Amino acid sequence: MSQAGELRASGASLELEGVRQTFGATLAVDDVSLRVEPGEIVCLLGHSGCGKTTLLRVVAGLERPGAGRVLLDGREVAGPSRFTPPEQRGVGMMFQDYALFPHLTIVDNVMFGLSRTPAAKAGAIARAALARVGLARYAEDYPHMLSGGEQQRVALARALAPHPGILLMDEPFSNLDQRMRERIRQETSSLLREKGATALVVTHDPQEAMLLADRIALMRAGRIVQAGTAQELYERPNGLFAARFFCDLNEIPATAENGCVVTPLGTFAAPAGVPDGAVTVCVRPQGIAPQEAQAGARGVMLTRRFLGDYEVAQVAVEGLETAVQMRLAPGRGPAPGEATGLHVDPAHVLVFRRDSV
Amino acid sequence: MAQRAMNSVFGKGGDRRWIAASACVALLVVAPVASLAFIAARGSGDLWPHILAYVLPQALRDTAILLAGVGLVVSVLGVGLAWLVTAYDFPGRRAFDWALLLPLAMPTYIVAFAYLDLVHPLGPIQSGLRALLGLSDPRALWFPDVRSMGGCILLLGFVLYPYVYLSTRAMFLMQAGSLLEAARMLGAGRTRMFFRVALPLARPAIAVGVSLALMETLNDIGASEFLGVRTLSVSIYATWINRSNLPGAAQIALAMLAIVVALVLLERWARRRQRYVSQAQRARRAAPLRLTGWRAGLALAAASAPVLIGFLMPAAHIAAEAVKRVRFAGLSPQIGREILTTILVASAATLAAVALGFLVAYAARLSRGALGGGLLRLASLGYAVPGTVLAIGLMTPLFALDNMLADAGAWFGVSMGLVLSGSGAALVYAYVARFLAISAGGVESGLAKLSPSLDHAARALGETAGGAMRRVHLPLIRPALGAAALLVFVDCMKELPATLLLRPLNFETLATHLYGEAARGTYEDGSVAAMCIILVGLIPVMLLARLGRRPSLAWKGAVTPTGDEMARDLLLGDVQPTMATKRGAP
Repeated sequence: MSQAGELRASGASLELEGVRQTFGATLAVDDVSLRVEPGEIVCLLGHSGCGKTTLLRVVAGLERPGAGRVLLDGREVAGPSRFTPPEQRGVGMMFQDYALFPHLTIVDNVMFGLSRTPAAKAGAIARAALARVGLARYAEDYPHMLSGGEQQRVALARALAPHPGILLMDEPFSNLDQRMRERIRQETSSLLREKGATALVVTHDPQEAMLLADRIALMRAGRIVQAGTAQELYERPNGLFAARFFCDLNEIPATAENGCVVTPLGTFAAPAGVPDGAVTVCVRPQGIAPQEAQAGARGVMLTRRFLGDYEVAQVAVEGLETAVQMRLAPGRGPAPGEATGLHVDPAHVLVFRRDSV
Repeated sequence: MAQRAMNSVFGKGGDRRWIAASACVALLVVAPVASLAFIAARGSGDLWPHILAYVLPQALRDTAILLAGVGLVVSVLGVGLAWLVTAYDFPGRRAFDWALLLPLAMPTYIVAFAYLDLVHPLGPIQSGLRALLGLSDPRALWFPDVRSMGGCILLLGFVLYPYVYLSTRAMFLMQAGSLLEAARMLGAGRTRMFFRVALPLARPAIAVGVSLALMETLNDIGASEFLGVRTLSVSIYATWINRSNLPGAAQIALAMLAIVVALVLLERWARRRQRYVSQAQRARRAAPLRLTGWRAGLALAAASAPVLIGFLMPAAHIAAEAVKRVRFAGLSPQIGREILTTILVASAATLAAVALGFLVAYAARLSRGALGGGLLRLASLGYAVPGTVLAIGLMTPLFALDNMLADAGAWFGVSMGLVLSGSGAALVYAYVARFLAISAGGVESGLAKLSPSLDHAARALGETAGGAMRRVHLPLIRPALGAAALLVFVDCMKELPATLLLRPLNFETLATHLYGEAARGTYEDGSVAAMCIILVGLIPVMLLARLGRRPSLAWKGAVTPTGDEMARDLLLGDVQPTMATKRGAP
């Protein structure tokens, strides 16, 4: 939830009710309902082809939903009998390829959405918007003369200049290289918070979603699998799919009996809602630690790989067919070939019914 | 980078032979133009003052007015129709997508002949109107005369607009998709989208289309002559045929060449910023606005009119005449001979044009430097040179060569006659020089879509340049090659101005036969020939339509160009592939 939604007056609220969209025989968006509070930043997270971009385009008005309603600030903009075209919705959009007009200067690009404002004032607003993203000196240049990161910031300034009630962003950082991405993401995030803008951001990168969003809506095959804060999704995923999305997991097939699951790594309690029967036990690599060889589960260290802040190790565990992945502090712990005991932190263990995905 | 690496590793020895061969081809194309200047410089003696005082001013003025008028008509029609079928949706839009290309199948001289009949005071249109109004006297109804500058501009405009339509529509579809969506998200309505975004973005494509249409206009001889417009082409033809004055014709041709150069420069200038405009945007087609009610009706009418005027009406008239003619007199053996002649000459020219076009384009790929590319552009110059100009330029060197050969023959006691100009070889030469741009451009754009790493791989595995061509490039670009051959063949079949000037005695193609009948005022007798030309001309139009409708052509392992890209590249020859190759380059 947005902690300060009421304080941010400029953003609009967005409500989706049972939105459905098909392309021919494929169901791109399947009965999606979602509410975004004013000033809240929500990420639509999912693999490519999960329908997140289609959902964004439905909100934009670039596609008309097959069923369901879209409401902006309580006004219906798309529904069974009503469809407001995108140019009348007051919605801003940032495209994945930025879609800057190549024949217009940077300042003309930013002014494009201010056509109802007198030219002099529009120019001033546009220049102020460019100054805010640190690009004032490029105002008279053309888009092709700017770097990818600069183009991204122009696109952001252009989308925000007309003060849209809600800003839609389609993979806004995917065209940037790794190092630039960190910085621009930071800047974008603080600009959005400063403006109090409501934003719906499409991304396939869980880390990006966690950094940016107040709330994350995880999508799969056209449906929202789970929606909540990053912490909720990470700590209490409602299924194997959500759990896998945010973390590498050691998955161990097992059987639950009387609310207890016995595995070669230890015995864990099955959470409420998981009945007795076939289950999958998921253990995060960072939840496994070495201890003296006689205690806990017994294993043999296979390999260690140095990754800077930590090392990733593969351990063969007695009673398990596949090796288990764990994390070690650099330079500490048993060497490859040595026997070791394993301690598992129950906070990093998730148990799901086997047939759930 | 990668290309330079290839150059340094492989660009030695053997590849130089490709460049040398390419230079020879370029020389063959440029030779007639160069010889023009030479002939003109010899002077036309006492005729020059006459030409300067009476022929040139009028021909220049008529040509300028015609070009301006046709340019205006094709721009408005081509751009308007392209926007109509991409930005709006109305009943039958999908059919119009390709039906609007139909006038491409209609050579300018045929449409002129057809309309002379159609709007004749006793023809179907005026008779129909009179019957409708209850008039009996043919003079009672005033009707604009098609034999006028205005008539000529309109007719040429209605058959040449597809050049603009095709290039602009492709631009609207592939380039502007996400940009148009961005404009909508920023609050722009359809009108503002069109004038602020789509039109400026499409300007390079429009320039390409218009300049091609204007080159066709310059090249035209039949339509303007029979509609009473004395253009430069007509004047060249008359000066040579009626006065047998080659230097005089060459002088007029040089003046015409100056216009061509101006056109090409204008087109280059309009495209100067294209590189930036065509930076890779994700190709996504903006959703068209659905029209209903009277708006849909209006759109339907606007889209049908050009198809009706530019193709259906004249084609139906010619078909009816042809049927009448065959019923009355049967098929004459003469038309069979003409079809055979036409196919023979056109096939020979097509084979040569495709082979030489491939040579030139492949040499350019091998060299990757300025030289190969420059030779390719030079060899593609012919598309801009009107047929009459090319023919006049070819005459002197060919006659000289023929005389030399005849002298040599006489030396050995053999009577050779005029080997080159008497056998139709001169025609084949002229066709190749004029249409090499199509085949070279088709091959070039096909090659541009193959990654240079394919060349690297083949050469690193020990193939020579020729071996790589045979085993890698040829199989991969076979579709492009086939399409280019088809386009060249059809263009050769339809060619009139150069054929008129260069054909041997008693040598008739379908086009010259039709021209002869028209000159005698008996177009009906040429209707069968006209029908043949139109039918053959429909083949590439259908190919274009099919390519345009398919989202992409899957080529094994290669990058997949969109259908529109392919169609455009093929049709527009040398002019377009630069866009494909430059895309994504910084």
